[in-house]
Formats: sequence, structure tokens, C-alpha cells
Amino acid sequence: MSLYSEKVMDHFRNPRNVGVIEDADGVGEVGNAKCGDIMKMYIKVRDGILVDVKFETFGCGSAIASSSMATEMIKGKPISEALTLTNRAVTEALGGLPAHKLHCSVLAEEAVQAAVLDYYKKNNIPYDEADFKCALCAHEHDSHGDDEQ
Amino acid sequence: MFVYADHAATTKMRPEALKAYTEAANAVYGNPSSLYSFGQQAKELLTACREKIASLLGADAREIVFTSGGSESDNQAILSAAYAGAKKGKKRLISTAIEHHAVLHTLKKLENEGFEVVLLPVTQEGLVRAEDVEQAVDERCALVSVMLANNEIGTIQPVEEIGQICRAKGVPFHTDAVQAVGHIPVDVKKIGCDYLSLSAHKFGGPKGVGALYVKKGAPLRSLIEGGAQERGKRAGTEDVPAIAAMAAALEVSIAGMGTANALLKRLQDKLIDGLSHIPHCALNGDRTKRLPSNTSFCFEGIEGESLLLLLDDKGVCASSGSACTSGSLDPSHVLLAIGRVHDVAHGSLRLTLGEENTEEDVEYLLKVVPEVVDYLRNMSPVWRDLKEGKRQFIL
Repeated sequence: MSLYSEKVMDHFRNPRNVGVIEDADGVGEVGNAKCGDIMKMYIKVRDGILVDVKFETFGCGSAIASSSMATEMIKGKPISEALTLTNRAVTEALGGLPAHKLHCSVLAEEAVQAAVLDYYKKNNIPYDEADFKCALCAHEHDSHGDDEQ
Repeated sequence: MFVYADHAATTKMRPEALKAYTEAANAVYGNPSSLYSFGQQAKELLTACREKIASLLGADAREIVFTSGGSESDNQAILSAAYAGAKKGKKRLISTAIEHHAVLHTLKKLENEGFEVVLLPVTQEGLVRAEDVEQAVDERCALVSVMLANNEIGTIQPVEEIGQICRAKGVPFHTDAVQAVGHIPVDVKKIGCDYLSLSAHKFGGPKGVGALYVKKGAPLRSLIEGGAQERGKRAGTEDVPAIAAMAAALEVSIAGMGTANALLKRLQDKLIDGLSHIPHCALNGDRTKRLPSNTSFCFEGIEGESLLLLLDDKGVCASSGSACTSGSLDPSHVLLAIGRVHDVAHGSLRLTLGEENTEEDVEYLLKVVPEVVDYLRNMSPVWRDLKEGKRQFIL
């Protein structure tokens, strides 16, 4: 019996795509050390496709597993598809997360958006702010939910 | 390899306690409140246990009230003293920033009811200063509550000095001794307290049973109504087998304390020295004024829950004061109170050993903890920033 699903533990124990892309085309960092979670996402883009994705995470087991799962879900996909990744999809792919850990999957969604936004800005690519709701409000949100005091 | 290093959370029942439990449960299962002799046998056992526990603490049997454990004892002591004080117009309560939540949450409840609560700070070493207590205490005080040993960082507080101050000023003194009883010498007369809380499962007794020492004459109000048990101060049929097991566990713990602590001190020295070699870490709490079982560290650049999960994979049971393990946004209030900033407090690890742990266990911990810390640091963007100078090291 464990706190997390087998899938979460698998991604936590054997995180996919962990590391750094030195010459990344876009880098997104979300969360803060004060709250105990920081996710950093690196992307490499060729012809609108995310040919490589890597992450670094400071955080709990579900934060590491959520980042790992998110990279796996967007790697090799067109940017347009990556931008539709939701925290719900990450959570479902992980076989669920405890209620007070759902914010970790939100962080993963934000990290992906933040990396793409960085890529768009660096390359002066016009974008629709509506696609980046999450990344643009990343520093205001308090998605830790209604945990006990 | 399996290393249980979370004895501050709970302990395995001692064989003597288990034996006392099963004997009482099998042979003396009558209700101590029943009038027939079979019930009275249970009552006799209850009385014998009360006398034994009292004498092991330097108390009188009439001063021991059996409860469900540390939290209930803390609640009852604080509420009793506070409401008795309020009747005399005394509505000031003094405690510290590093108390257990059983104390802090009870104080919060009283604060909401109009009491004034003063939480004294502690030093960076996690020690309460007796002079701070002296300054804070005055004739408006209904109670001073200072724990004997801290549950997270193991620091031992100057309760005897605090007891003297309280006696001199005529203010009741409660000490939460849950982590101390059975582990270091505890004598209620020496401490000079009016109330002392203890819990059986911290010293090899069963869970769900504890006691409150209430000095003769100190006010006590019942939290649970419905019967005349515990002289009307705690209704509910006494769990005689659990109480017998608690008495047995306490007796054995105290008899073996010297030997156990010599071993624990040796293991602690080895563990602290070994873990100190990990770069950018710090021991939490005073190096010497601490329980010999407790080793608590903060490691910069990592988060505690992932540390615990990986240690669990390696067969190690430990705990952490990170927010993720507490289920709230903030890391441990104790670590914050000793001046650890949030970023660092999230990366804490508490290892609490018991007398069943061995040198091999410590060697294993010294192998796996640095490995796991290193592994997590290598995937931490915080650690990268620290290494690359983009963020300042704190430890």
C-alpha cells in the first residue's frame, strides 16, 4: 500500500526526460522554493514540433512524477498540441493524484506553457494570450487548494 | 535492509508490554467499575498500575489520570488551567513557538475565546530561554506550558528552571513530556510542574493510551462526560490491558535507560558526524542539549517528501518537516522557529533511532541518505541555480 498510484511511483522512481537541454529553444520555470515546488521545462523545437523536452524539478514525489509524465505526453508532438495539455490529462495519465497534490499537475501544465511562451517570445512569434492563461497567471495562482491548516 | 528510524512517531511494543497486555486482556477483562470481585480484580490491577507509574515519575498515585494519549493530556491540562485561571480574571497563557500542535491548537482555541496567548521564540539552537519565561510571566497568567523535549528536533528545554520561575510567581506550569518520558529521567517534583503529559506508544507501550500528571490541588476539568471513572475527571471504561502494558513499558524503559542512551548517543554521534559531510546541510537543534535518539538535518536544494519516498524504497522509515508531508503550504513551524527559511525547511529529514537500531543500521543510513540527497539535487533546478551562483547558498 502506498500513498501514490503505481504509475506515479514509476514516474517518480524512473523519471523520463530528466535533465537539461543546454541549447534549448525555450525554457519555462514555474512555482517557487518557498512553497516547496519548482519546475523547469526545456524544449527543443524543429518545424513546430517539440523534438526534445527535458525537465528539472525541486519538489515532492507527485511534482517529479507530474513533470515526467508531462514531458512524455508532449515530446514529439506539435506545439499546438502541447498547448492543449491540461493538468487533468496529466493527472489521469498518472492514474490519479491525492486531492492535496493536484496542484503538482497544474504546475506541470504551467511549465509546458511557460517554455513554449519563452520560445515564442525569443523568436518574435505572435501568439494568442488565451493559449497561455496558465503560464501568464502562474505567479498569482494559489493552486495548493484547501489543505488543512 | 529495513531500518526503522522514526521512533519519535511511534515505537514497537516491548515484549513485556505485550505480555502485560495479553495477560490483562485474557485474565482480568472485567470492568473495574463493576462491583463483583472479578471486576474488582481489574480495579486492583488498575490501582497497581497507577501506583507504579506514579512512583516512576516521582508522583503520588492520586495525581495520575489515565487518558487516550499525549494529545488528550495536553488538551485537558491546558483547558483545565485556562478556565480555572479565567474564573480569577487570569486570561494570559504563555507557551512557545515549538510546541506540539496538541498544545498550539488548544491555545489557538482559547485565543479565539478571548484568552491572550504569548508564544515565546526559541534560540537558533531550538532552546527556550528561561529568562524569556521570567519576563513574560506575571500575575495575569493562568498557565505556562513548555515542552520537555521537542518532537521534531529533539532539543531538551530548561524545564526545571522554568518550573522554579513559575513556582516563585505562583503560576501553574504544564510540560508536554511525551518525547521525554521513558527516554530521559523525568521527575515531576524536580521539574516542579503542575501538569505533565505522557504517551505510552512513545516508549514501547500501546497506542491510544497515556496519562496526565496533575499535582495535588491543581484544577482539573473533565473533557469527557458520562461516568465516574478517574475520579470523575475522565469518563469511559478504563482500558486496563493498555494501562497495564503502559506501566510495564515504562518500568522496562526506565530500568534500561542508561544502557539504551549510551548506545543511542554513540549511534547519534556517528550519524551526525557522517551526515555533516554532505555539502550544504545543517543539523537542526542544539548538538548536545538534545535527545540521544534524535538526528534532524536540513539539506539545501531538495524537498523532503521525495527524500522520504526514495528512502522508503530503500527500506528506511523516516520523517520530514516539509510542507508536502504536513499536508499544508508551510513547512514545520519548529524549523521556521529556529530560523530556517522556507526553502531550506522543505529539505528536512528527521531520523529518530531506538535501542533496537544497530551500528549497521547507521552505516546503511550513512550510505543511502547521501546517495538520495545527491540524486535529488541532480534533478533540482534550485540546486543548479545554487551551484551556478544564480542563487545564494543559505547553508
